Amino acid sequence: MDLAIATGIQALTGIATLLLISLGLAIVFGMMRVINLAHGEFLMLGAYSAILAVQAGVNLWIAMLVVAPLCVGLLGVVVERLVIRRLYGRMVDTMLATWGLSLALIGAVTMIFGNTVSGFSAPLGSVRIGAYSTSGYGLFLIGATVLLLLAVWAVLRFTPAGLIARGTMQNAGMAAALGVPTERVYALSFAAGAAVSGLAGALMAPFSGVLPTMGTAYIAKSFITVITGGAAMLAGTASASVLLGGVNTLGTFATTPVLGEVLMLAVAILLLRLLPQGITGRFFRRAL
Amino acid sequence: MPGEGPGRASANGRAAFEAALGLLAAGIAAWWLPQMLELFSIINATVYTAMAVLALSLALVWGFGGILCFGQAAFFGLGGYAYAVAALNLPDTTYAVPIAILVPSLAAAALGYVMFFGRISDVYMGVITLTVTLILFNFVNSTAGEEWRIGAAPLGGFNGIPTTPPLNLPGDPGTPLAPEQIFVLAVLCLGLCYALCKLVLRSRFGRVVVAIRENELRAALLGYDVRLYKLGIFTIGGAMAGLAGLLFANCVFVSPTMFSLAYSGQIIIWVMVGGIGTLLGPVIGAMLLQALTAWVGTLPEINPNLILGLVLLVAVLAIPRGLQPTVAGWLRRRLPEDAA
Repeated sequence: MDLAIATGIQALTGIATLLLISLGLAIVFGMMRVINLAHGEFLMLGAYSAILAVQAGVNLWIAMLVVAPLCVGLLGVVVERLVIRRLYGRMVDTMLATWGLSLALIGAVTMIFGNTVSGFSAPLGSVRIGAYSTSGYGLFLIGATVLLLLAVWAVLRFTPAGLIARGTMQNAGMAAALGVPTERVYALSFAAGAAVSGLAGALMAPFSGVLPTMGTAYIAKSFITVITGGAAMLAGTASASVLLGGVNTLGTFATTPVLGEVLMLAVAILLLRLLPQGITGRFFRRAL
Repeated sequence: MPGEGPGRASANGRAAFEAALGLLAAGIAAWWLPQMLELFSIINATVYTAMAVLALSLALVWGFGGILCFGQAAFFGLGGYAYAVAALNLPDTTYAVPIAILVPSLAAAALGYVMFFGRISDVYMGVITLTVTLILFNFVNSTAGEEWRIGAAPLGGFNGIPTTPPLNLPGDPGTPLAPEQIFVLAVLCLGLCYALCKLVLRSRFGRVVVAIRENELRAALLGYDVRLYKLGIFTIGGAMAGLAGLLFANCVFVSPTMFSLAYSGQIIIWVMVGGIGTLLGPVIGAMLLQALTAWVGTLPEINPNLILGLVLLVAVLAIPRGLQPTVAGWLRRRLPEDAA
């Protein structure tokens, strides 16, 4: 029984991690049909801004939950202005430009902080479950991810801004005809996606260690999670995270971490072969 | 296009002429350069040439087939590893050459079957090719132990296979080729691949492939099986990338970095900067950017990633058509009464 609970928590942590690192990308892709290949570096910068804030004496929680999303959100505004806005509707060019941005950010951060691992240890100690113990921070991560998902959903579902965002997502031309400044909506969506990525990067920092190339470890995973999810950004990302995160954790238990990851990627490819429009192309079609 | 020659026969003649010109240039380079260069520069030049072949493979698949492949490095790596493993197991490394080309071709055919017959759209194709590359990278990286060996070849995990033997004279296993000879071989391969690309694109098959890139639906409605043509060009591209991997294995050695995201990214940057939809552009792009990376690598305080990233960013924003079309267009405006 204890083993089952411990394993369950492990699986939930894996799922939450996947969801957390994918959500920012999902928002940007779902709202704007822009694939941001610099997403991994947004996560990395979120982690670095949290570390810098902690080193400057800011409280750990404020650094992770406020400073990181704020910094990366602002960066998102700048990037949207300088790069993304010039390439709307040119999906492949956007991918390439953001890939260039990704390389440049890795290079710049390596030059400033060096190619070394820094980080801070996970707060909250450990929690005992019978004969097993699990990290309290892992439980916090699961809770935080659920809260974040609910918050994004609530904003989109219940606020006037969310209504405008959903309208723009469905039919940008019609929204513009009704007087919605779609350019501003896109700019804000990109900034919001970047802020969520920054938050995710900071939250992941105690687990993963922080180094300039940490984004490359995440980008492919979040990429396939979002694509496997399909058009509905929240339901899709959540269901894909559950499926792929579950497969990853179980595969890791059964074999090795590397093979667990290989298994997850293989399942994702198989799924795209069966459901070319992603999970929400077939199921939960009316969800957000 | 108007003004490009009166008919198809002369266009074919011109393609054959250009292909022959490419071969001739390769021949001259192969004869002249080894006399001019030091050993280290020759090995470097071989690496550049291998990369140019790799750039050519993506130029064909992406520029003319319209298939955005984020995983050309996968076939490059497979070619290299197939060569290394076969060369260590076979008495004569010449026999490893067809294997090194066949394995990545088959991999490309299998992957292409999944993608094209699954009717997966553009962007998703990028994701799948990227993911496959990542799987291979993770897998090869984790093959460090003694239990991971194919015949006499240990896979070696992240260390790669430093014992990769070079090619020998066909039929004479005792005489391995010298670096100069490998270089000559690489340049000839580049010339051959260029000529092959030219001829493929001038064939009926190549014309249909370009038509599909221009308008997939229209080509399908005209009765061409789009999936088969895409599969064909993708497989040719895979084979060519495998050849590049073989050349690379002969001047450096194979290691998991051949599968890395950095390589996949670089190939795309070469083609993008050189010019999508051209053959010469990506070759030039590969050479120029390799030289740039090597030069920046000697500067202590600047990270090469920063420069590469900025080059790509600026290329996409400022010269979206790439170097070759931009320069050629500029020249044509300067010389309006072009003799050709």
